[in-house]
Formats: sequence, C-alpha cells, structure tokens
Amino acid sequence: MSDQINDSRRSFLSKAAVAGSITIAPGVFLHQTAQAKPDDQAVSNKTRWGMLIDTDKCAKGCTGCVDACNSEHGLTGNNRPESDTQYIRKVSLVEKQTKHEISLPMMCQHCETAPCVDVCPTGASFKREDGIALVDKHICIGCRYCMMACPYKARSFVHEDVENQTLSAPRGKGTVEACTMCVHRVDKGGIPACVEACTNDDHNAMVFGDLNDENSEISKQLKKHGGKQIRADLQLNTGVRYQGI
Amino acid sequence: MIKRFLHISLILSGLILLFPSQGMAETPFPTIHEPEGKGVECVEDEDEMRRNHMKYILHQRDKTMHEGIRTETYSLAKCIACHVEPNDQGELPRHGDKEHFCSACHEYAAVQIDCFQCHADRPQKFIKRDKDMGDEQ
Repeated sequence: MSDQINDSRRSFLSKAAVAGSITIAPGVFLHQTAQAKPDDQAVSNKTRWGMLIDTDKCAKGCTGCVDACNSEHGLTGNNRPESDTQYIRKVSLVEKQTKHEISLPMMCQHCETAPCVDVCPTGASFKREDGIALVDKHICIGCRYCMMACPYKARSFVHEDVENQTLSAPRGKGTVEACTMCVHRVDKGGIPACVEACTNDDHNAMVFGDLNDENSEISKQLKKHGGKQIRADLQLNTGVRYQGI
Repeated sequence: MIKRFLHISLILSGLILLFPSQGMAETPFPTIHEPEGKGVECVEDEDEMRRNHMKYILHQRDKTMHEGIRTETYSLAKCIACHVEPNDQGELPRHGDKEHFCSACHEYAAVQIDCFQCHADRPQKFIKRDKDMGDEQ
C-alpha cells in the first residue's frame, strides 16, 4: 500500500516538474537569451555579439524597433529629420523590375574591421572585446570623421543641448553617437530593446546572440539559412546579418 | 609730517592684512545634503571621498566604457542615487543649483564639472520624459 502511494506520488512529482519546466522555459528564453556575466568581470573576445534580421518577417510600416530604441535611449528630436539623432531607422527597398518591396531596420553593423575606428583621431571610436562598436564620448571631439567613413550612415552628431537623459544612456552636445547594441542591457544579460520590441510584437524578425557560440540560436540559424552582409564587398565582417535580401 | 603719515598708513594696511574678514564678505561654506536612511558611511571615508572622489569616478568610467565592468560602488550613478534627493519643498535640485550635491561644492571650489552635459543629474525614478518616451529602467 505504501509502495503504491509512493509510486503515484513519484509520478505526480515528475509530471509536475516537467510541466513546471515548460511554463518557465519560454519566459527565461525570451528575456535571458544572453548569459549574464558577473558585474566585475571584463568582456572578452570569446563572445561576439551579433544580430540576425529576417526581412521576410519585418513588417512594412512597423516602427516597433525604432520606437523602442528611442525610448530606451531617451532620443528626442527637434523636428529636424536631417540632423536629429537616429540609432536605428526603417529602410524600404523596391526592386525596379519586379516591384518586390522589402523592409528592414538599418543601424550600426558593428563591423569587425570598422572604418569608424580606423579614422578616429582620438581613439573615441573603439571596438569592445565582444565586438560591439562604441563611441567613448569622454574623448570624442566631435570631428565627425567616423560619420563620413561609415558606409551605413549609422552615426549621428548631437547638435543641440540635451536634457533629461536616461541613466543608462548618457548623451550630450558635440559628440557622435550610434547604436550601442544596448550594451547596458547586454552586460546585465539582457537583449537589445529593438529585438525585445520585435519579439513582443510577435514579428520575431530579429535575433540577438553570440556569433562565436555554435549552440546559440543566431549561430544555428546562420549556419542553416545563411545571412548576408550589406555591402559585403567592403569585407567588414559585420555583426549584423540579413536574410531575404 | 609726511614720514609720520606713512608710518600710520603702513600700520593700518598691516592691520587690514591681518584681519581680512573684517569688512570683506566671506563665501558661505556649502551646505551638503546628507543622504537619509542609507547610513552615514559613504563608499569610502568622508575625507578620502572629498579629496579623491574624482579619481574613483574616472577609473570606473574607463572600466565601464571599455571593459563593460558595471560594479556600482564607484559609479557616478550610485553617487547620484544616494546624494540627490528632493528638498523640503519637494523640489529636486538640478545641476547648477546650489542645492545640488555636486554643484554645491564645485561652485564653492570654483571647479567646473562637465559630467552633467551628458549624464543624468537625478536618480532614474525622478526623470520625467515625454509620454511616448516614458520608460522606467
């Protein structure tokens, strides 16, 4: 009798454990794709952060990623689209012959051999060990060579005084800035705001992960389906790859 | 007669030099807001922080920017989180105000700081932004 009870109890517990892992797993997967490193540990080149964008899934007219980015970094414009800061923008491409239209988000491609880093006279433009291209605004003199060098028009210059910056995204007049791949989130084990927004909108057009890790979702997808670089002829080995272009 | 006048004027000027506070307005010592409910100890001794806070922040700045080390102890954000609080009228001091923790001393010492041209001068919970830009960290 006691054996019977134990058996049923055991099977109940094992089923409960399975059910528990299923309900917990998707949440963990969505918000903790990247593995959190300890706060006091420096980033290393064992990791190379990258992004994969599936243009077939990217919805035309949707600006979810752009809005999330603006909100995350406190980017407020002055109604001057020519000079207002943008970290990410939506681009539409139409093939002349077939009229086939594709829509994609365009931002800093976090090149391995980044032209912005090459031309920077002060060392303000730099690559982190984990592949993220950044501007150290403490040493940026605002010369804008990097903006001219970037083939992707990814960088912006802050022309006017900035107020009400967010705590995690310091930005001010006289410096160049661009997509940081949400480095403040990534260091805490999170994913970039644009990727999160795209996933939350159920478009799932953006995948973020470690290109050096064979078992990461992004590496598996790239291995299976491939991912093109924009302006691959420049041989910059970009960290952001596209499918469907 | 002229010699005697010179003598007296020399003594007078000597007295003025000896007691400079007489007749001259002294710059009042800055009043510093003590953080409430967080204990009296800062991350280092008070004397150490007064002399060398800039070295701690500068070191942390480069570590965070280039190596992604995000420990909070010596971060500017941590300074702000403890030391910048609303005053008795419920108003939050901004950088440049004499009531702002950083500005109070820096104005007294006539040392210009550029931190807040880019960095938030208030804790995140007090930063109000446009409706569509609202996003708590």
